[in-house]
Amino acid sequence: MPELTTEVERLSLVIEIGGIPVRVHTTDPAFLSMLQDRYDGFVTSVESGEDCEAAAERLAEIDFEIELTPTRFADPEAVVRVTQHRGRWTLERGDFRAEWEPASRRGTIRQTANPYSIDAVLRIAHTLVLARQGGFLLHSASAIRNGKAFLFAGVSEAGKTTISRLAPPDATLLTDEISYVRKRDAGYVAYGTPFTGELAKLGENVSAPIAGLYLLAKGAENRIDPIPPAEAARSLLANLLFFAEDEELVQATFHSAFEFVSRVPVSRLTFVPDARVWELIG
Amino acid sequence: MSRLYMARNPKVAARGLDGEMMIMSGRDSTLFTLNKTATILWQSADGTTPLDEIVERRICADFEVEPAEALHDAESLARELASHEILQISEEPIPPRNAAAGESRTGESQ
Repeated sequence: MPELTTEVERLSLVIEIGGIPVRVHTTDPAFLSMLQDRYDGFVTSVESGEDCEAAAERLAEIDFEIELTPTRFADPEAVVRVTQHRGRWTLERGDFRAEWEPASRRGTIRQTANPYSIDAVLRIAHTLVLARQGGFLLHSASAIRNGKAFLFAGVSEAGKTTISRLAPPDATLLTDEISYVRKRDAGYVAYGTPFTGELAKLGENVSAPIAGLYLLAKGAENRIDPIPPAEAARSLLANLLFFAEDEELVQATFHSAFEFVSRVPVSRLTFVPDARVWELIG
Repeated sequence: MSRLYMARNPKVAARGLDGEMMIMSGRDSTLFTLNKTATILWQSADGTTPLDEIVERRICADFEVEPAEALHDAESLARELASHEILQISEEPIPPRNAAAGESRTGESQ
């Protein structure tokens, strides 16, 4: 009697954010297509064939196998838990469970076929990678103007979306919600991200040296005021995205924030919601 | 009367900037900003100097406050900092191997 076998095609793509490639594998073509749309501009498809696969694997910082589970009730607002045990990270929320072993670069994501879970996993994974390199993700909009990147930080309703929406044509939007910051030489570089806020518009996949961080405040006039270093550090720390329950990485990220404010000018940007505020930027 | 000893928790991250001491819990990333008195306690928490001596030398000398009242307030503050796992407190001296092991960077920006 002939042996019956079923071969399921393994589909892959590389999502490269901040210059850090993350390769994901799935057997679901519809899910792969959704990822390609969602991360448009940040995606490199992997063609079938040994050489391409091998090249992508060699390049990928993280290699995630995605296991899609049947739809079930899950709360994406549930508390995120990110823990490490013997070199293996576990990332958990109501709607996903992921594991990642940095030494082998391999991991798994178990989730339903939705875009939000993998988005959260990617954000967390990037914070873990960046923490060891002196970088971080920051609750802030960011844009490039005249070859320099500017960050606009603030909590919800502070004006991140507004300042992004008001950006002039000569400004390149990197994100309206989560900025990607990497340390490079004596300074810092901001990268575009696909992590969107209210504006729901992907950032451009480009980067530039960071020339300033503005703490947003809505007011009756447009003005920039310097702020003391301690307040700058405190505000930066308050806006960092960091999830890991890990003493070593907490210490690293904490000291990275102080390093950042010692090298990048931090000011308060008070603005009225019209385009003239951009006359002060760049 | 028993004496109270304090040691900095090596599992927190700490930095002083412009006279302001900021501390982040290594457990849950909670950020604390210490006031002047708490900063004095933090800086003096070597595990071997009892709290009453710290109060006498560092607090009563700098602030116009009655020693008994200062000690009472300092003890409450030390217990509060301990409840947040910023300090370790004990009625016995705290051996150096358990204290301040992670403090090498604390004073970098002070």
